[in-house]
Amino acid sequence: METIVGIEIYPLISFVIFFSFFIGLFAYVLLMRKGHIEELENLPLNENE
Amino acid sequence: MEMEKFSYDNNIVRKFIIATVVFGVIGMLVGLTAALQLVLPELNAGISWLTFGRIRPLHTNAVIFAFVGNGIFAGVYYSMQRLLKTRMWSDLLSNINFWGWQLIILSAVITLPMGYTTSKEYAELEWPIDIGIALIWVVFGLNMLMTIVKRRERHIYVAIWFYIATFVTVAILHIFNSFELPISFMKSYSWYAGVQDALVQWWYGHNAVAFFLTTPYLGLMYYFVPKAANRPVYSYRLSIIHFWALIFIYIWAGPHHLLYTSLPDWAQSLGVVFSIMLIAPSWGGMLNGLLTLRGAWDKVRDSAVLKFMVVAITAYGMSTFEGPMMSLKSVNAISHFTDWTIAHVHIGGLGWNGFLTFGMLYFLIPKMWDTKLHSTKLANFHFWIGTLGIIFYAIPLYWAGFTQSLMWKEFTDDGFLAYPNFLETVTQILPMYAMRAFGGTLYIIGVLVMVYNLMATAKSGNFIKNEAAEAPALEPNYKPHAGEYWHRVLERKPMVLTILAVVAVSIGGLIEIVPTALIKSNIPTISSVKPYTPLELEGRDLYIREGCNNCHSQMIRPFRSETERYGEYSKAGEFVYDHPFLWGSKRTGPDLAREGGAKLRKPNSWHYNHMLDPTTMSPGSIMPPYPWLIEDELDISQTADKISAMRTLGVPYPEGYEEQALIDLGAQASEIAGDLADGGIEVHPSREIIALIAYLQRLGRDIETDDLVTNE
Repeated sequence: METIVGIEIYPLISFVIFFSFFIGLFAYVLLMRKGHIEELENLPLNENE
Repeated sequence: MEMEKFSYDNNIVRKFIIATVVFGVIGMLVGLTAALQLVLPELNAGISWLTFGRIRPLHTNAVIFAFVGNGIFAGVYYSMQRLLKTRMWSDLLSNINFWGWQLIILSAVITLPMGYTTSKEYAELEWPIDIGIALIWVVFGLNMLMTIVKRRERHIYVAIWFYIATFVTVAILHIFNSFELPISFMKSYSWYAGVQDALVQWWYGHNAVAFFLTTPYLGLMYYFVPKAANRPVYSYRLSIIHFWALIFIYIWAGPHHLLYTSLPDWAQSLGVVFSIMLIAPSWGGMLNGLLTLRGAWDKVRDSAVLKFMVVAITAYGMSTFEGPMMSLKSVNAISHFTDWTIAHVHIGGLGWNGFLTFGMLYFLIPKMWDTKLHSTKLANFHFWIGTLGIIFYAIPLYWAGFTQSLMWKEFTDDGFLAYPNFLETVTQILPMYAMRAFGGTLYIIGVLVMVYNLMATAKSGNFIKNEAAEAPALEPNYKPHAGEYWHRVLERKPMVLTILAVVAVSIGGLIEIVPTALIKSNIPTISSVKPYTPLELEGRDLYIREGCNNCHSQMIRPFRSETERYGEYSKAGEFVYDHPFLWGSKRTGPDLAREGGAKLRKPNSWHYNHMLDPTTMSPGSIMPPYPWLIEDELDISQTADKISAMRTLGVPYPEGYEEQALIDLGAQASEIAGDLADGGIEVHPSREIIALIAYLQRLGRDIETDDLVTNE
């Protein structure tokens, strides 16, 4: 193989995937319920010891 | 809900803790020995096993895989059981994990000094051990995933995400970088050659740092810092972003180890861009760790555990800022091949990994032995002497790195190199090397004090082998709240999380490696570059056995200061038959890519005398003597196998050349021995030194012909 045909589109696709993934991630994280967060972050502390 | 009674397996944690401490001490002492050898080369006492080239890989492997590796297992086995409210899935697998890992370490301790090495950094172990590592790693992963499956806690805490990412990524890295063709038991050739081998190796090497020294320890940070401070992590939201951003971006950054080399420019640029982006998640994680202590900084004054953790996280922040800076091409032009890199990794190694491990040990041992720490005073002493040790270690090495690099690059007003003799730039920094060894000594004294303190603590308490616990079982028919779909997918389905992590880390590797492997124009071939002769090939294997690549690069960067010193800069097409590549990453001695070329070529007798005692040819040299090369006979029993293995890998030796190989080898050896005899040196052509000389004299000669034809 000498070259990859249509390589120019790859960086664009990559950028779109990355960008939307992280936008989605931020949205997901910001929309998490506070109570749920508290439950999660206390997992290491709520051990029966 | 009915409570179920069960117990946590502390015994496996204890085993890993003991191994962590034992191998920590051993690995650091080997490191100290190597550091002292740079000042006192005679320290190897003339024993081949103890030369710098062989024990430097032993040091790196011991601290990475034995010290930090056992530390990871100790922390993971402790925290995972408690976070998931269950015992490990299988005690048998836990123990296979433990004993198998120690067996691998033992085999490394034996084989690396013997010179069995692939030469690829942090992946030096030969193929049978590679297979062992893969099997034991799968045992660890299986035990972990099955423990997650049978958990009693519905949510999977973020620390465990980091553990899962560690497991899958290290598995991928290890398998792909270890593709090698065995010649015999304990000898193999890398499947890849030259530029491709370099790219795969540094994709591995960089991510060994990322996914062995960083992600598992971030998991431990997210568990042990909140435990030690008795308060939840600063921002759980941030930890989610931290996780995904880190594993998404880290995997791309490998090419920053190959800036200005023959790696295609586009790959270098990708490495730089992603390295800079890495600052964001790394610092997000660091701040998340440090801010966990907000409003509780007074606790740090009283708790040795927290002191160690705070410095560890700070060191993480420093090295994850410095790393991206070193990935900028202009900075890398100065830092690469110098001690700057060594200083950088030790901020991470001594500070981040070392101190977080110590903090974890000071936390765990009193808890597991149900007692109080024997002496807080001694722990504080350890903290301060360790911190001083890091400073005394790093500052002289930064200084050494800057000094040497500037000396390499300095020109006189007339346009000549100001320091044409490489050795001048080495003797200049020897005082810094001595100070570095002093810093390392301080650090080790602290560790020994810790060993005493922890042993005294354990003695004063009673070890709780199985810690009783109870928790309700998971409801089998759990109904998620409305709108909770994504939470469930991400946090409660370990297999989905595992697969997503694989996807995230695979993309970067694929995009960088596949085009380099497939597209011809990335590696222009040069018609005058020919395969090594059988004698040169054997000499090359001796070069690998002695670990020459630990101190000598074979990669001339396109700077005037380098082409003036060494000759024409290195081209990708020169390395197409190099299984494995031997570019090196550090110049304790000069580059050897054109050692046999017109500019640098020396008589055979020079090489003979230099290997017998380097100081006779280069007064003040810190290279150790290699007298055994002159006494020992070259093993030619595998030469034919090596030729056919190379052909399998694509090196164009003619069909049936195996028959001719030994005849050619003998003829070339006699020629070199004859030349040496003319100079008054009597040495039998069958000696190893002859093969090594043949290889060194070959370096850089391929592209000296007038009719340089490249196939772009």
